Amino acid sequence: MKDGFTPATPGSALQAATPPSTLRQLRHRGGDVNPSAAALRERFGSAISASDVVWGETTVIIEPRRAHEIVRWLHDDPAQQYTYLSDVTAVEFRDPEQPIEVVWHLRSLPFRRFLRLKALLPRGTPLEVDSVWPVFKSADWLERECYDMFGIKFIGHPDLRRILMWEGYREGFPLRKDFPLRGRFSRAEQLRQALAANPEARYSMEELTIAAAFEDLPDEMRARLAGGEKVGE
Amino acid sequence: MGLSPRPETRTVTVDPQSQEGWVTTRLDFLVNWSRANSLWPMPFGTACCAIEFMATAASRFDLARFGMERMSFSPRQADVLICAGRVPFKLAPIIRRIWQQMPQPKWAIAMGACASTGNMFDNYAVVQGIDTIIPVDVYVPGCPPRPEGLMYGIMMLQKKVMNERMSDRSLRDEMEPDPSSQLYLPPSTIDELSEPFGNSVNQTRSGL
Amino acid sequence: MANRRTVEVALSTSGLDAQGRPTRRPLSASEDGNVLTMEPPLPMEPGLEGDHMLINIGPQHPATHGVLRLVLELDGETVVRCIPHVGYLHCGFEKTCEYRNYYQIIPWTDREDYLNAPGNNVAYALGAERLFGIDVTPRCEVLRVIAAELSRIMSHLVWLGTTCIDIGAFTPFLWAFQERENIYNLFESWVGARLTTTVTRVGGMAADIPVGWTDQLGTFVRSFPKTVDEIDRMLTKNAIWVGRTIGLGAMSQDEALNYGLSGPLLRAAGVAYDVRKDFPYLGYETYDFEVPVGTNGDVYDRFLVRMEELRQSVRILDQALARLPDGPVNIDDPRVILPPKSKATSEMESMIHHFKQVMEGPRPPAGESYVAVESPKGEKGYYMVSDGTAKPVRWRIRPPSFVNLSAIPKMVEGHLLSDVIAINASIDIVMGEIDR
Repeated sequence: MKDGFTPATPGSALQAATPPSTLRQLRHRGGDVNPSAAALRERFGSAISASDVVWGETTVIIEPRRAHEIVRWLHDDPAQQYTYLSDVTAVEFRDPEQPIEVVWHLRSLPFRRFLRLKALLPRGTPLEVDSVWPVFKSADWLERECYDMFGIKFIGHPDLRRILMWEGYREGFPLRKDFPLRGRFSRAEQLRQALAANPEARYSMEELTIAAAFEDLPDEMRARLAGGEKVGE
Repeated sequence: MGLSPRPETRTVTVDPQSQEGWVTTRLDFLVNWSRANSLWPMPFGTACCAIEFMATAASRFDLARFGMERMSFSPRQADVLICAGRVPFKLAPIIRRIWQQMPQPKWAIAMGACASTGNMFDNYAVVQGIDTIIPVDVYVPGCPPRPEGLMYGIMMLQKKVMNERMSDRSLRDEMEPDPSSQLYLPPSTIDELSEPFGNSVNQTRSGL
Repeated sequence: MANRRTVEVALSTSGLDAQGRPTRRPLSASEDGNVLTMEPPLPMEPGLEGDHMLINIGPQHPATHGVLRLVLELDGETVVRCIPHVGYLHCGFEKTCEYRNYYQIIPWTDREDYLNAPGNNVAYALGAERLFGIDVTPRCEVLRVIAAELSRIMSHLVWLGTTCIDIGAFTPFLWAFQERENIYNLFESWVGARLTTTVTRVGGMAADIPVGWTDQLGTFVRSFPKTVDEIDRMLTKNAIWVGRTIGLGAMSQDEALNYGLSGPLLRAAGVAYDVRKDFPYLGYETYDFEVPVGTNGDVYDRFLVRMEELRQSVRILDQALARLPDGPVNIDDPRVILPPKSKATSEMESMIHHFKQVMEGPRPPAGESYVAVESPKGEKGYYMVSDGTAKPVRWRIRPPSFVNLSAIPKMVEGHLLSDVIAINASIDIVMGEIDR
């Protein structure tokens, strides 16, 4: 160990030293509420619409356009210290009445807590929510994937483009419920579109700023860029 | 669901009297024997089958006894493309390009069910069998195939190579995809090869 | 040491021109072959001095551990910027599993992180059981711990083998894969499959362990540490290994947390977060094991952390073997467990129950669950949302490698091209999990 190096140990903010144990006999509804839910309600009032405990996990429903503020507070506040973003994802229910939910999974390692935040986006409204990238760098790819699969725009994300499907993918957003399992096009058409996508001809804006490499780009691509084509979706 | 016949049927005309002399058959044997016993694989490993491929190359099963321990990651120096794993549509142009970069004589083994037919990935993202993109010589079923299974497939390929004849010129023809669509099978054949068949349609009870 | 040759190199300039860009000068050897002198500078072609190169690695490349594409901007051989491209193995896992019932999803968890298939099975079963509100039997818990730790060893062995190949050492690859064969034998005698095991079921396991399996596992547990020691002797204090790995890709504690790293990467950076200790499951709090934590967060620390984890896994396996209780492996819950075949073929009630379960699948109450486990790659979890029907509304895989890989641009900045390969190997990615 380096001199003077202290590893960061989870649970450091907890006064009582009871070690955590396997959760058993969890109740479907009800159960211990994460204290952060009450703290959020106190601090943000109107932006918190509901909180629930399902199978021992606390979920707090927040307003979509205040997600950045709320997550920043949860990260910075010394009584919360949610310094670890586990996941950013979305859920679309089969029932068309239900809104699309954007879900954040946060962990506070010093307090050994797990919190789920949800933002509800009703169908028919533009699917936009705050990006938490300024707070957590891990949100970069997680939000890009959410955009790729659901079409949800994360406002404030530096480079929101497709990550799992290729840049020119035209069939839509795969994880939406109106997207058929086998895709919208026929297999031959999917193959045709896939084979036409020259992987070397698709570069991101960031890659294109490597000005010296402009000469090495394929002619077809230089022509498209010169014609003002924007890269990515 | 019968499959429509492949559009091209290849006939080998061998005229034993005038073309196949003793020298030619000995030469055939020599060339085929050296090719079959030193097939340098191009391991196009994507997923779980790649791990079983690595296990086949490792000490217990040992591909070296087939002359195949020299993995050629450059397609320019490879003989057989072993596609081990599932190929999504995003990867399709890559495998096509790798295949085109390989010089003749070349063969392809579709290792595993994913490379052969798409396996359980019957969805928007996965190519339903790489034979829709490149011509395949041997299909090895399994998910993943046991190393013994892969070796059986390799031995089948070796048998195929041993039965080749130099007089059959069309063996070394490069497949030409249609320039506009880049497909080498007609679209109706691809759709037919890709559709779910048999019991798999009924397994999930959602009709999908 | 006798016969040491000293070569004097006479440099006439500092190697940088007026603009501070490196100049490239051809070197030539003099006649006696001992002293190298610099030739006078040749006029450089315009466009050749100081440009950055754009290099593409992958998606097909021996060292990218799957189909990963890295686009690098290089200044000479130093990486200025790295832009990774993923998605070349995206196979629609999450979408397709919305059309599968809770039994049918288990084989999908094998194929996703295929190096840690039994571990994934365990993680999924825990999540599905949380959704049903089920606690499994004590014997099942211990068997799952055994499966998870064997799986951790399997995964770390592949990491070890492939990292050694990437850095240039071929022999540990063969040693690692030979040990993997021993574990394959164990799983094969248990559930019939080597790699894609599908070893758990919702509410229990696929099968109970066969007679004599514990002896087989005991033999493995006694012989495996010797291989770890052998590899340790070969690599840990090896000058080449240390020289190739030390100081690369270092991440500080705060950076590592903020980038969402987990598993050995986070622990090597100095954050002692291990899901088994901090949010335990399967009774891990009752096992006596340590979690190795590094200091610098570089490739060498990650190597040390993983090697120590191999030893700690053997320790856990030892304890699990000693405490394996008798009793049923599956719980007695008709919602998820099929009736025994003898009953299903003789009693009408059981037959109907069996029929409904197989044809429709078990239906959990409406709700959601996220259970995280410590996979060899990091925090792995399955977030499942149910609306009361037999197929999940949303089945989300929390992919540790995906989030770990997103930090690679940060890790490789300023390093050399060959270091990129070593750093990539140290992240221990599985493209099946990243792209799903």
